[in-house]
Amino acid sequence: MKKLESTLPNMVIVLTSIAVIAGLALGYVNSVTAGPIEQIKAQQLSDGIKAVLNADEVKVEAPDTLESGAVLYRTDKGVAVQATDPNGFGGKLTVLVGFDNEGTIQGYQILETSETPGLGAKADQWFQKGQKGDIIGMSPVRNNMTVSKDGGEVDAITASTITSRAFLRCVNSAYEALNTQKEDAQTGATVQHNEEKEVTNE
Amino acid sequence: MNNIKVFLNGLIKENPTFVLLLGMCPTLGTTSSAFNGMSMGLATMAVLVFSNFIIALIKNLIPDMVRIPSYIVVIASLVTILQMLIKAYAPAVDASLGLFIPLIVVNCIILGRAEAFAAKNGAIPSIFDGLGIGLGFTWALTLLGACREILGTGKVFGLTLFPEQYGALLFVLAPGAFIVLGYLIAIFNKLKKA
Amino acid sequence: MNKPIISLSPHVHGGDSVQKNMYGVCIALLPALLASFYFFGLGAVVVMLTSVCACVFFEWAITKYILKSERLTIADGSAILTGLLLGFNLPSNLPIWIIVLGALFAIGVGKMTFGGLGQNIFNPALAGRVFLLFSFPVQMTTWPDNFNDAIDGASGATPLSLMQKAILEKDASILNDLPSSFEMFLGQTEGSMGEVSALLLMIGCAYMLWRKIITWHIPVSIVATVLVFAGLLHLANPIYANPLQVVFSGGLMLGACFMATDYVTSPMSHRGQLVYGVAIGLLTVIIRNWGAYPEGMSFAIIIMNAFTPLINTYFKPKRFGEVIKK
Repeated sequence: MKKLESTLPNMVIVLTSIAVIAGLALGYVNSVTAGPIEQIKAQQLSDGIKAVLNADEVKVEAPDTLESGAVLYRTDKGVAVQATDPNGFGGKLTVLVGFDNEGTIQGYQILETSETPGLGAKADQWFQKGQKGDIIGMSPVRNNMTVSKDGGEVDAITASTITSRAFLRCVNSAYEALNTQKEDAQTGATVQHNEEKEVTNE
Repeated sequence: MNNIKVFLNGLIKENPTFVLLLGMCPTLGTTSSAFNGMSMGLATMAVLVFSNFIIALIKNLIPDMVRIPSYIVVIASLVTILQMLIKAYAPAVDASLGLFIPLIVVNCIILGRAEAFAAKNGAIPSIFDGLGIGLGFTWALTLLGACREILGTGKVFGLTLFPEQYGALLFVLAPGAFIVLGYLIAIFNKLKKA
Repeated sequence: MNKPIISLSPHVHGGDSVQKNMYGVCIALLPALLASFYFFGLGAVVVMLTSVCACVFFEWAITKYILKSERLTIADGSAILTGLLLGFNLPSNLPIWIIVLGALFAIGVGKMTFGGLGQNIFNPALAGRVFLLFSFPVQMTTWPDNFNDAIDGASGATPLSLMQKAILEKDASILNDLPSSFEMFLGQTEGSMGEVSALLLMIGCAYMLWRKIITWHIPVSIVATVLVFAGLLHLANPIYANPLQVVFSGGLMLGACFMATDYVTSPMSHRGQLVYGVAIGLLTVIIRNWGAYPEGMSFAIIIMNAFTPLINTYFKPKRFGEVIKK
């Protein structure tokens, strides 16, 4: 077969038909994979919530997205809060923190990170139970949750203070998000706490 | 041309990474571990085989003046399809490579092979060319990833060779990619001469 | 080597040679070396010895077995100097295997890969230091207590990290914890071995100037730029440290006098050297104040090493006898 000439109608017809065929193919694959992708996302989310709340089975209510960007997942075992800090060492750091009903940290999971492998990326283990920077069982109400260099009670990841600070900012803002929500239902007592917290944070 | 010869050509003589130095962005960006390098190589190979095949089939229908936009549409669609498939059926690969999959579109190996090979040859040799170049890319990336992972963390494919604290982190970071790649190219050239 | 083409006789040999200059720099480093032995004790001796021996060994092994060169270059003193400078850039309690790796990188990757002395783009000792800093950040930033500790040694906070913290938290009172600039000048601060005493490094630098091993252009332009830039920042906002403290802290003196002046990796013309020095000064202050690492000297020098060929292209020394265009 001879090659088509580069005339205007030829070019328009060929480009259009390629685009249409490609579009149809994409649409078909999208319709096939959309279901499984949704499922995996939901699965990952509920696995994450289960892990940070330290529970085998949780009932998750519809999530709340706050103005600060934090997302609250209320469950029967406590609340999992997703909070983001833009100033990690490598960029954005997103953490899912699980609080029980008293505001005590049950667990956490790093959802999104671009921290340095071998240094800041250790954050996914460092602050877990039994590790050096253990924050499980602490609560931003009772504990000063900043790194020890800044006068707080948490040991920073060795040589990764910036990551550790960003991580703890996430935890604290997750707790704040939790509290702003409580305000609606409760008296001003929590608000007081909130302000105190902000002072120590500065 | 002999299909086997076409296939072997991409593995060594025209190895995209060590000889043609094409597709450097994914080469440097995704090889922080052997597994990541291998996944990236295989994903690129999948796109390459299909894009070569399709372009070789439709090459006579495409007027010369619009061939690059046409190739790009074909390649971009294939990459997007691949990305959706990976997201749906291989979430582990998606977690480590998600960011780099869309970048396969601009990998010059794929457009380069479309121009240099598929546009001039039949569909079957084009598949073999895609397989050869793709495997050449894959083994190069796997080797690079393995070297970086071993030097940086003492592990490769989950196998621990020495304790992690003896690994030189630099090799896992971006500069390590450039340094290791430079040495691998040097060694490759030396071996090719011998 | 090509035969040099030279003009008509008579010629007088200046007596200069690679050896003479290299050993001259080593002699200039002696006061600071002895001081670091005094301040840091046996650890410093071990680090220095390991670093020098490893550098010389790798230089020998690579020339002999990989390059298979007839001419062994270890006697020219450049490997010894690289070893000394690398040692000065390390904490005195660094494990020996890390030092050996640093020496391997400095000589093997930083120097011999490019073809040996005279061909290297980056200062080998700095290449080794930066490699170690990225690879073993924990060990490289854990300094032992100094004998006369002005600040709380347990946290390992060096003057540089205090300065950066003051900027980060916008709190000038943090700077009160810094030792005075006079103390820093004499050498009573924490840090790597070559960072301890600005005074002794300056004595060494003066010796090199007197022996005409280096010219004043690079060290003076670096120090002056840092003084001016840091001074302006300090005047504008007191969270930025006093410029004298900035100049006497960290590896600035060592870098300005001994690392940036390396013949191979610095520009040839005096004007080029001034440009190079000013750029190093600016980069150092920028990295120290707003970068992720507290010390920016080594990065600044490495970055400008990469620019040296470009500077050489634009700032050529005037040819002798060149006719000025009218």
